[in-house]
Amino acid sequence: MAPFDLVSALVGGALIGLAAVLLMLLNGRIAGVSGILGEALTGDDRGWRVAFLIGLVAAPLLLGAAGRPPPMPWMPSSFAIVIAAGLLVGFGTRLGGGCTSGHGVCGIARLSPRSIAATLVFTATAIVVVAVMRHGFGG
Amino acid sequence: MPTVLAALVSGLIFGFGLAISGMTQPTRVLGFLDVLGIPSGTWDPTLAFVMIGALAVAAPGYLLTQRRERPLFAEVAAWPTKVEIDRPLIAGAVLFGLGWGLVGLCPGPAIANLGTLSSRVVAFVVAMAIGMLALDFWRRSRTRAYPAE
Repeated sequence: MAPFDLVSALVGGALIGLAAVLLMLLNGRIAGVSGILGEALTGDDRGWRVAFLIGLVAAPLLLGAAGRPPPMPWMPSSFAIVIAAGLLVGFGTRLGGGCTSGHGVCGIARLSPRSIAATLVFTATAIVVVAVMRHGFGG
Repeated sequence: MPTVLAALVSGLIFGFGLAISGMTQPTRVLGFLDVLGIPSGTWDPTLAFVMIGALAVAAPGYLLTQRRERPLFAEVAAWPTKVEIDRPLIAGAVLFGLGWGLVGLCPGPAIANLGTLSSRVVAFVVAMAIGMLALDFWRRSRTRAYPAE
């Protein structure tokens, strides 16, 4: 994997922030991906939500067409783990009202105590899971 | 129609941000979450700097946006109104964290990776959608059973 690159991390992050500001400035909506997908699946007013998701899928493909394809994502070999993780992420983000984008970026940007709490909890939980998976119990 | 185009542009920029920052690669995310790698020098700080970059734009951008009476293409700005740190928030964050730590994918990067047509990415996104529908179904059946709540 490519080494840590400060500039692309900051520039990529700034683009994510810009996307969030634009969606609020133009449409009055929070750029939370779990909420957008969840409401696109179950709610009404689907048009803008589906368009946002299409943009999300199209962006890496456009980078690829421009000769800068993002690396293929590494995934666990076990489909059982992949599916269990997907179910947890889907159920958990809707129950908790947001994910890394809605709570982590949009919520922290407006200093929402709910979003700060949620971000601390899901990050701490994921850190514990990775510690157990990579290093076993007790490191 | 303007709201649909605006959302498409926002989604595109969001996707460019995820791809350029490396956040579509789950091993980068797991490398950040692996804090036990800090002493051995294998820790990947990328996610922290992606957050700094995102917040450096979103925080002042939101402040400026809040001064406007209404969005350009909509009647009202749908700012979240909930303030209480309640049990669903914490329980949901724990469940999400469990899944995030297992694979290193959260909803944005999972969807942005659909174009790779990787069978595991597709399986993750389908499972994620089923999880979302399950929560919706559970909430609806609860509301029917306890309409006063």
